[in-house]
Order: sequence, then structure tokens, then C-alpha cells
Amino acid sequence: MGKYLLRRLAINVILVAIAASLAYMLAATTMNPRAAYEGRQPPVPEATIDATLNEYNLNDKVPVIQRYATWAGGVITGDFGKTWNGGSVNAEAGRRIMVSLRLMLIGTLLGFAVGVAVGAWSAVRQYKLSDRLTGVLSFVIMAIPVFVLATLLAIATYNLNQGVGHTLIEYTGEYNPKLAGWDQFVNRLNHLILPTISLSLGLIAYYSRIQRNMMLDVLNQDFVRTAMAKGLRRRTALIKHALRTALIPVATYFAFAFGTMFTGAIFTESIFSWHGMGAWLVDSIHQNDVNSVAAVTFFTAVCVLGAAFLSDVLVAALDPRVRVN
Amino acid sequence: MSILEVSDLTVTFPGGIQAVRGVSYGVERGEVLGIVGESGSGKSVTSLAVMGLLPNNAQVSGSVKLHGRELLGMDEEELIKIRGKSISMIFQDPLSAFTPVFTIGDQIAEAVRVHQKVAKDKAAKRAVELLDLVGIPNPNLRAKAFPHEFSGGMRQRAMIAMAIANDPDLLICDEPTTALDVTIQAQVLEVLKTAQQETGAGIVMITHDLGVIAGMADRVLVMYAGKPVEQGPVDDIYYRPRMPYTMGLLASIPRIDGEEGPLVPIEGNPPSPAALPPGCPFAPRCPMKVDMCDDEEPSLTPFAGGRHVACIRAHEIEHKGLTGADVFPVPVIPPSDVVRVPRTERATVLELDDMIRHYPLMKGAVLKRRVGTVYAVDGITLDIAEGETLALVGESGCGKTTTLQQIMQLQPPQGGRVVVLGKDSAKLDRAGRQALRRDLQIVFQDPMAALDPRMPVGDIIAEPLRAHGKKDVRAKVEELLQLVGLAPEHAERYPQQFSGGQRQRIGIARALALEPRLLVLDEPVSALDVSIQAGVINLLEELKNRLGLSYLFVAHDLAVVRHLADRVAVMYLGRIAEIGTVENVYDHPAHPYTQALLSAIPLPDPELERTRKRILLEGDLPSPADPPSGCRFRTRCPKFAVLSEAERRRCVDEEPSVARLANAVDHGAACHYAEEIEVITASDDQEEK
Repeated sequence: MGKYLLRRLAINVILVAIAASLAYMLAATTMNPRAAYEGRQPPVPEATIDATLNEYNLNDKVPVIQRYATWAGGVITGDFGKTWNGGSVNAEAGRRIMVSLRLMLIGTLLGFAVGVAVGAWSAVRQYKLSDRLTGVLSFVIMAIPVFVLATLLAIATYNLNQGVGHTLIEYTGEYNPKLAGWDQFVNRLNHLILPTISLSLGLIAYYSRIQRNMMLDVLNQDFVRTAMAKGLRRRTALIKHALRTALIPVATYFAFAFGTMFTGAIFTESIFSWHGMGAWLVDSIHQNDVNSVAAVTFFTAVCVLGAAFLSDVLVAALDPRVRVN
Repeated sequence: MSILEVSDLTVTFPGGIQAVRGVSYGVERGEVLGIVGESGSGKSVTSLAVMGLLPNNAQVSGSVKLHGRELLGMDEEELIKIRGKSISMIFQDPLSAFTPVFTIGDQIAEAVRVHQKVAKDKAAKRAVELLDLVGIPNPNLRAKAFPHEFSGGMRQRAMIAMAIANDPDLLICDEPTTALDVTIQAQVLEVLKTAQQETGAGIVMITHDLGVIAGMADRVLVMYAGKPVEQGPVDDIYYRPRMPYTMGLLASIPRIDGEEGPLVPIEGNPPSPAALPPGCPFAPRCPMKVDMCDDEEPSLTPFAGGRHVACIRAHEIEHKGLTGADVFPVPVIPPSDVVRVPRTERATVLELDDMIRHYPLMKGAVLKRRVGTVYAVDGITLDIAEGETLALVGESGCGKTTTLQQIMQLQPPQGGRVVVLGKDSAKLDRAGRQALRRDLQIVFQDPMAALDPRMPVGDIIAEPLRAHGKKDVRAKVEELLQLVGLAPEHAERYPQQFSGGQRQRIGIARALALEPRLLVLDEPVSALDVSIQAGVINLLEELKNRLGLSYLFVAHDLAVVRHLADRVAVMYLGRIAEIGTVENVYDHPAHPYTQALLSAIPLPDPELERTRKRILLEGDLPSPADPPSGCRFRTRCPKFAVLSEAERRRCVDEEPSVARLANAVDHGAACHYAEEIEVITASDDQEEK
């Protein structure tokens, strides 16, 4: 089993390298960092621009393969290069990674847990009003794009705060820099509420649909009947025998959902003014910042494949039939 | 006093479908009650209703009393104290009946811990003890295995272990051996008897197999269309049935000790529970029907000797001493012209000569590498003469299906030769292969899956004709439908409008469309109910005689084989163990495997079943990827066990090949120490005279 996971890990590392390289190529060939220097008043001499761009490894006059080699050489030693205006990509990423990870990790776990619970619950109550209601709600939520959902949530919260008379739930920013210690921590949590909800709602809807189907497949199987025949309560039989078995296929969706999650994070961060990786991606595309775009893509690839690896581990832990091979 | 008292139990599903319509029975301590009936007769629903395990939308009424306590309408808190403690249940399919993600040991320990206040390690120890009791080797180790790591027979043993974990008063067994091979079935039934002795429980045994019931039950309840139609002591039911349905059922079973000749089929199909006929539900199929039968449904009324019968003519049957063979019309099957010629002078339609089919065992996802070989078919030699039926029998995994596939493919085999109608499959070109397919057709096992549900029956039958370039097919289709006992107007309907037996007839009509000379039958009746099965077997027999066909017949039911086949080849792990005429092989089996196989088949005859001595085989079929050296059967062979050390050496070192036995024309066995013995006592009369 360990060998199997190790091999999956090795394959994932190769996949990250390929994904990041392709993303760099795409960014390096289509983006034009030179534009940021050319239009200036007073005009900057071309030689100076070239020298600056050369220094940042952004010069479009250098063949893209050569730029790629320089970039890749840096990445291997842990240096992601310079931003369009000479800042360190590493430093910028360091500031932002935790912001995004915090949001996405909590969002993913919450989405997974609540989604599975809602799905299982609605499977057990198949065709009852509550089941149909959650079904309709899930599809409505899945149909609303994240940026609309997030905006609606922000507006609703603003109105709620107006109604209550003070800021009950924070709807913008990541924390209040004026606070410190325990208050600061509570304040950070408060800021987390809205973005987490807007991120995880889609996931909950998604997982609940899948989990409901998987659970329904399992519910009518003989082993649930056997569990009840030995004297377990219906509830216990459902949770211990049915849910446990129905979780296996859902765990494989973990990886796919993470990709969607990152797309959501881009909008959510922008809307709630969080300075995370998602917001950075949008900014750096605007600024033709090749190295930053490559770095964010690298981060995304690592996250997605990390999630894929995690779902492999999860499936192996849940399903003894996989463990044997 | 009765442990369980069921009275007037009815179960209705939404849409007014009455699955069970008034069932009453009682079970005493240590008694085995057999409930028999065909699919859809409501026998399983009855037992689920007793356990309170039916889905919520089922309406249950009547009364189910355990030790005098009413179970129907009891709330869950009380019911869970009874389920698995006082009443346990053993289900049909032991693979899906275990949760795949927990170990067998954990699941048995769970059953212990639900009802007894014991520590985790104590419960685990008890689970190991129980596994040991039901005869699982290395129970300590096997308790940690997952369900998919167990074979079918071992899973059913584990299921029994789980059911008796809390020393129940009543065991309900729902088709406990239906999914198993006969030798494994014999083992499991033996375990079940041990379990009963161990617990002293009463048993309710539900099955469609009248042989199993004959050996196990003390009393029998026969169900038809959701209602009991006859009830009484097992000997009375088997030797003196007084309800025409029971009589027909007993007469329609092919028997391994029976005579040849046509079987007695019950015409028609069981009624759908949504549309029951007025009056007696069996009346439309009953040859003894009178006008009064349509007026009112007869109730189950007491009859002499503690019996109950639901038939208005029961006394008449008793009085005249009628049997199934008297009442039900026995079809007349014309004899075959071909077989008048001696076998040696007839043409050979199929010849397999040392045919081999191995499958590589691969490992790895991207870079595949060979880690072993599955010896699915490892050198078999047989031939079929014109107008003859050769049956290929053996347990699952012995290579029957692989042999069939290899023949049907008409491709060069990996080793040996396949000669169909004089043409070597290795020398065929595309056109020759296409042409040969006309003469070689197949009927499949599962009539539900073998027909395209979106195609009208007429098109299904016409398809092979059109594929071979026939334009005007209408007349031929009508002729074929009539040939298999269906009506020409059935051509417009779709497969789902037909019952299982009728669908199998459609499958046969399709196979006959091109007027083949050799028909391959892959378990053609194993998915059908007994009363339907007899009709299809008769049809096959009749077609063979009328059309001069030859059959290669694959089956695991040796009783059916005895009726249909002329010669039989017994396969074990990809090799032929014994081959010869049916009379020779059945009456004087020489290979220990054939002997065990024949002795494992339960006979629908309580008297014989009680006195019969079984040859029980140990363990399961070894993996065909790693067959034992020398004789493949030696690991389970009862004969090998009693041989001397010197004699055994030969079994281990030298693989026996089929050798003709001295005093028979057509009989060979692959055993170094072959010795003919009689396993089945021939019975002349099946019912009282």
C-alpha cells in the first residue's frame, strides 16, 4: 500500500512540473510586460527597458525557451523570480499563501462535511418534502455563479448590520489591523465567516447531490438489512454500515471539487478584498506579470494534485478492497 | 409450545399489490419448517415481515407472535432486542449480505456486542470460536479477512456463524444455498444442521429447491401466489400430495435417480400479484379445474393427519390416490431418427482435441507484466456425434464457459484443435468462419439479459436471418415462433411482456433461425422456476429429435443433465475428470470427484435423503492460477485421503489422463485408482402407488 501511494506521489510531482511549465509558456508567450514601461512619460530608452526586463527575466526579445530555462532553474532552487516591477515573487507569495490556504482549507472541509451530511440525510428521507427541498436548493445554488452569490451575501450582510446597528458580521477585508491578541483572533474568525460561506455553499450543494446518489445505491443493499437483522437500530445501521460504504466513491470527487474551489476563491477573494492568491492572479494578469501568474498556477497545481493525492489516501483508508492491490 | 406463531399474515405493497395473502404457520423448538414456492410466491416477503425488515411502504397485518409476544407493531426499541437475539436470519447472497468495508470477525463480534455486554476483545474471541464452529480453517487469521477475501461457501458459513452468535430460538434461512455449487451446498447444509444441534433452535427454511427441503424439513408449507396451498409433514407432502400444484411441482422436477423420458410440465405461468384470477389462483394452470374453482378461492382447510390443503377436490385426489403423473398430461416426444444408427457410424459434429486456453495474469497499471497464468482450460478432449447431446458439467470456475467461448469464437486455440462439423477452426478464413456460424448457434443462460429490450420479438428472431442475407423473413419468423410453442402474433411484442420461460423460448427460436446443426446451450434452464423449466427441457428434447440437432449442453444441475444428455463430461479445474454415457457415469461413477458431485445433490425424496450417506468434499476449488501438481483433485479427494503413502506419490507426481474403463464401451475416468461405485440408489417409484 505504501508503495502504491509513493508511486502516486511521484506521478503527481511530474504532473505539477508539466502543468507549471505549460502555464509559464502560455503566460510568457501571450503577456507583454514591456507595455508597462513603454507608455511612460517621460519615455524610457529602449536599452534601459531591455536591461530592466532582462534583469527580471521578462524580455520578449530573449527566446522563450531560454527564459523558460532561467525560470525553471530558479524554481528548482525555490526562487520564483521577480514581479513585473522587480519585487520578489517569493515574498509576495509568502504573504498571500496562508491567506488563501486558510480560506480554502476551511471551505473544503466544511463543504465536504456538511455536503456529505446533507446528502446522506436527504437520501434517508428520499421523496419526502425535506429531500425535495434540499434537492431544489442544491440545484439553485449550483446554478448561481460564485461572484453573484458572494455579492448577494455581502449585500445581505450589509443590510443586516445596518438593521442591527453595529457590525455583527464583517463583510470586507481580512482582519482589523488595529486589534491585537485575542480580539484580533476573534476578529479574523469573524472576517472568515462570509467568504467561507460563499465558497462552501457550492461545494455543499455539489457533494450533497453525489452523496445522496451513492447513499441511495447502498441503502437497498443486503448488508444494511443484515446489519438490522442482527439487532442494530436503523440509525446505527445507516450510519455505521451504509454511510461508511457510501463515502468511498464520494472521496474520489475530492480532487475534482478542489479545482472548482480555486476558481471560486479567485472571485471570493476579490469581492471580500482578501489579499490572497486568487486576487493576486487577477491582478497579475492585468499587469502582464508573467512570473507571478506562473507562481500562482504552480501553487494551484500543487493544491489540486495534493487534493488528488489526499483522495487516494482517503479511498485507501476507507476501502479495504483497494488496499490489497 | 410453539416458538413462533404466525397467523393470517398479509403484506400489501403500494399499488394494491398483495404479496402475501393470509399465511399462518407455527414453528416448534428444534423443528425445521420448509417453505417452498416459485419466485414471486411471497415466501421471502413473509419472512422479512416476521423480522420487521420490510420497507416502510409495506402494509403488514395479521399477527406474528414470538413466545406469545406480538411482534407486529412493536416499536423499534423493543424489536432490536429480539432481532439477532431471539430470531436470526441467514440471507441468500452472502457476498452482498456482508458490509464490504469491515472484517468478517468485526461483523460477527458486532452481532455479539449488540446483545451481550462483553468487552471488545471478548467479543472478538467469541467471533473466532464461532468461525471455528462453522468449520472455517485458521479462524484466528480468517477473522481478520474482509468479505471479498472469502469464497462463497465460506461467506455463507460466516453468515451462519453470525446468525447463531446469540443462541437464537429461531433461525430463518432465506434460500441459504441457492447461490452455491452443489458440493459447497452439501457442506453448508451440514453446517446448518450442526448449528441447529448447537442451539436447539427452530428453523424456517425458505427455498425453491425441493431436494434441499426433503433432507432438512420436518414439515413443509407450499406457497403459491402469496398464499399457502398445502401444509403438512414432509413425508405426506412428498409422497401423498393432495393439491394439484404440489403434485405438479413434484412431478416436474428432473431427478438424478429418475428414468429418462419427458418431464411433466405445469402449463402457463404463475399469476402476477397485481392481477390475480378470480377464484383459485392456480385454476388457470390446473388440469383438474372444474367450474366451481373460479367461484371462490378455496381456503386452507384441515385434512387428515395434521395436514392442510387448499383445494376443493382434495378428497377426491385422496380417494382415487392420484399422483402428478396421473393428473398432468405427459407430453409425447417423437423419437429421433438419427440415433437409430450406431454412434460410431454417425458423423462427428464437434471435436475438441487437447484444447488449451490459458489467460495471462497481469499486474501493474502502465507497465504491465505477467505474474502468472490462469489455466482455465488445460487440455480437454471430447467429441459429439450427430444427433447427440453432450453435457459439460462441473462447479463454477472449472472452465465450462471458457470452453464454450473458445468453440464459439471459431478462432485457432492456443493449443490443440477445435473441429466444428469437420472444419478445423485454425484453418478457417473470414468467409469460412462466417459460413460456419450458420451451423453453430448458442442459447444463453439468462433469458432476461440475452434479448434486446427495445427490439420486438420478431426482429430479434429475424436478426440472424438478415445478418446472413435473407430478405423475406416474415414467414420464417412465424414458423419459428410456432416451433418453440409461441404464437405468430407474439412477433409484435417486446421481450419484457414475456415470462422467463417464454423468453428462453424466444432465445431458442433465434438460435434455430439459421437451421444450425450444432446448438450450444449455456445453462439454458438454470434461471427458470421448476415448473417452467420442465417445459423448456421437453422443448429442447423435442427439437433435437425433430430437427436432428446435436447439443453441447453446459450445466451445473446434474439432474437436468441426466434428463437431456446422452453423454456427459465432468470437468474439474480445466480438465476432464470423467466422460461417458449418462447411464455409465451416473450409475457407476468411477472418479472420486464425480462420486462426490453426485452424492452432494439433494434428492426430492425425504426417505432416501434421510438414509443417504454423503461424500463430503473438504474446502473450496483451488485457484486455477495455481493448480495442485499431479492430479488436480488430490487436495480435496476423499480417496487420496485413504491411500497409502506409496500410492499417494503417484497422485502427486503424475497427472492422470482420461483412461477408458475396462468393462464399458463409452466410459473413461482420469484417476489412477478409478473404481466404480454406486452413489445414487435407483428408485423405481417416485410416489406411492
